[in-house]
Amino acid sequence: MKKYQLDLIVVDNVMVGNSATLLTLTHSEPLPEMIAGQFAELQVDKAKVLLRRPISIHNVDKTTNTVEFLIQIVGEGTKELANLKKGDSLNVLLPLGNGFGYAGTTQSPLLIGGGVGVAPLLHLGKELKSRGITPTFLFGGRSKEHLLRLESFEAVGKVYVTTEDASLGEKGFVTNHSLLIDGDNYDKIFACGPTPMLKAVAAWAKEHEIACEVSLEHKMACGIGACLCCVENTEEGNVCVCKEGPVFSIDKLLWNN
Amino acid sequence: MEQLKTNIGNLQLKNPVMTASGTFGYGTEYADFFDIAKLGGILVKGTTLHRREGNPYPRMAETPSGMLNAVGLQNKGVDYFVENIYPTIKDIDTNIIVNVSGSCIDDYVQTAEIINHLDKIPAIELNISCPNVKQGGMAFGVTTQGASEVVKAVRRVYDKTLIVKLSPNVTDITEIAKAVEAQGADSVSLINTLLGMAIDSERRKPVLSTITGGLSGPAVKPIALRMVWQTYKAVKIPIVGIGGIMTAADAIEFLLAGATAIEVGTANFIDPAVCSKIVDGIADYLNRHNIPSVKDLIGALEV
Ligand SMILES: Cc1cc2nc3c(=O)[nH]c(=O)nc-3n(C[C@H](O)[C@H](O)[C@H](O)COP(=O)(O)OP(=O)(O)OC[C@H]3O[C@@H](n4cnc5c(N)ncnc54)[C@H](O)[C@@H]3O)c2cc1C
Ligand SMILES: Cc1cc2nc3c(=O)[nH]c(=O)nc-3n(C[C@H](O)[C@H](O)[C@H](O)COP(=O)(O)O)c2cc1C
Ligand code: FES
Repeated sequence: MKKYQLDLIVVDNVMVGNSATLLTLTHSEPLPEMIAGQFAELQVDKAKVLLRRPISIHNVDKTTNTVEFLIQIVGEGTKELANLKKGDSLNVLLPLGNGFGYAGTTQSPLLIGGGVGVAPLLHLGKELKSRGITPTFLFGGRSKEHLLRLESFEAVGKVYVTTEDASLGEKGFVTNHSLLIDGDNYDKIFACGPTPMLKAVAAWAKEHEIACEVSLEHKMACGIGACLCCVENTEEGNVCVCKEGPVFSIDKLLWNN
Repeated sequence: MEQLKTNIGNLQLKNPVMTASGTFGYGTEYADFFDIAKLGGILVKGTTLHRREGNPYPRMAETPSGMLNAVGLQNKGVDYFVENIYPTIKDIDTNIIVNVSGSCIDDYVQTAEIINHLDKIPAIELNISCPNVKQGGMAFGVTTQGASEVVKAVRRVYDKTLIVKLSPNVTDITEIAKAVEAQGADSVSLINTLLGMAIDSERRKPVLSTITGGLSGPAVKPIALRMVWQTYKAVKIPIVGIGGIMTAADAIEFLLAGATAIEVGTANFIDPAVCSKIVDGIADYLNRHNIPSVKDLIGALEV
């Protein structure tokens, strides 16, 4: 897929909860096609941080020609992105990476997200729904405040949640949820979130012999496969998460559990 | 654009702007963002005799105005390059230069010999910052003796343009530059990355899997400029300036300090089309200052 470097315009930038922002961008021309699970590299003011920040495609709206990013504020770069104002210009590289393999691979998908890892699952859920497939979402967070934009997901499919402090949904981690007691309801899992969660999900999927794709969030410099900084060790040796990923079938990974 | 033309010995460049090894892949990664044939040259990824997996993740740490990397020369080896990559890049209309690395002299020699046979590779850049396994892991490039030996051996088998890339992690870079000039290097390029370190205080752990790594980006530019200037006064062979170049103005600073050409590294990560802008910016500078040729800028610093 051709990659673009575009100066996009901020349409909206609103806080979601108290530590995340929903950034909506548009372009003077039609935005390129973006597969769910792909990401963008957003330029931050060079005086603040040197490198771009990789952020997943959260939502694409063709009627308004907009793309949305759901960004957890964790440091200087994401703070700067949260400070962008309506009308500001933002230099973006997109679409990057491979994306989820959802075309024709599933009838009853389970989309599992942890924390801000829910971000790519909205675009994925909508893509599935547009193909007549209703996704089920299972989200985990430390507490209620860490579960972002639940209402947007509820418009797409059924949403189940777990929190570590029992402030919403069932108590515990996603893999403890009662939904997973009978695993046979789903034919494919798509997951994004912190690595320990992904490893637990992968182990569960293997045990139940369910196909599973996970999206990794390694630290990146270039985002386009040039620097080899973002590698994951796989069956084929070290491969770039930004280019061969960020989505991997768990069979390719050497997580041995 | 006659006024941008320059040369490193016999190697003709359409302009002095090249990309630094390890930051530009094989060039094709950037083809979506600008016409890479616009470049004076492309220094492809560090290539070794045998396949190398590189270091474990994490390999990168962002630092103030810079970054540390510990990629560890991941590449599939020179044979894979010759069979699978060379055919896909050989017809790009610019100088494709292979950056050659090794952990013993024989590795460098064999790799250089293989690349010598490739018609469309007019030059190699010898990365002598690699650890010398025979000398307890100390880099070839940090002693005049180590640098001399490897250049002498490669010079015997390689007859096209031989650029030697110098490490800044030395007491006096001019001594190394003079030593490799004496062994027949056609040019020296500098600087490679500076050895650095980053710590995550919350976790009390190093950020990189290798603990230390190579610093690059705008943070290293003043050091790189100083070293180019000192080397310019010490050797007669042309110099390729590298280190923290982000803009055309940065590139021109290196030319004024004595560089004949420059390489852009880390800046490609921030703006994948930056090299195209640097080429245009240099042309614009020459026009604004009524300078007929970019060669007139080499070492033209007024002190
Ligand atoms: C392919 C991909 C998609 C991503 N999608 C999203 C998204 O949709 N929404 C979102 O909020 N974030 C996403 N991230 C993570 C995001 O890129 C980082 O949180 C961001 O770069 C941090 O920048 P900063 O300057 O604010 O923080 P920094 O100051 O750089 O770091 C602050 C803290 O966050 C940690 N951190 C930084 N980068 C990462 C990372 N990649 N993974 C784990 N920890 C990290 C640092 O170690 C540090 O502890 C994604 C990352 C990748 C690789
Ligand atoms: C991720 C990365 C990988 C690199 N790999 C190599 C390499 O394989 N061989 C080499 O000679 N230099 C390598 N370098 C060093 C660069 O070519 C360059 O000398 C250095 O980064 C300084 O320039 P800059 O500040 O413009 O990046 C690498 C640098 C980076 C950032
Ligand atoms: S971030 Fe540079 S190769 Fe992936």
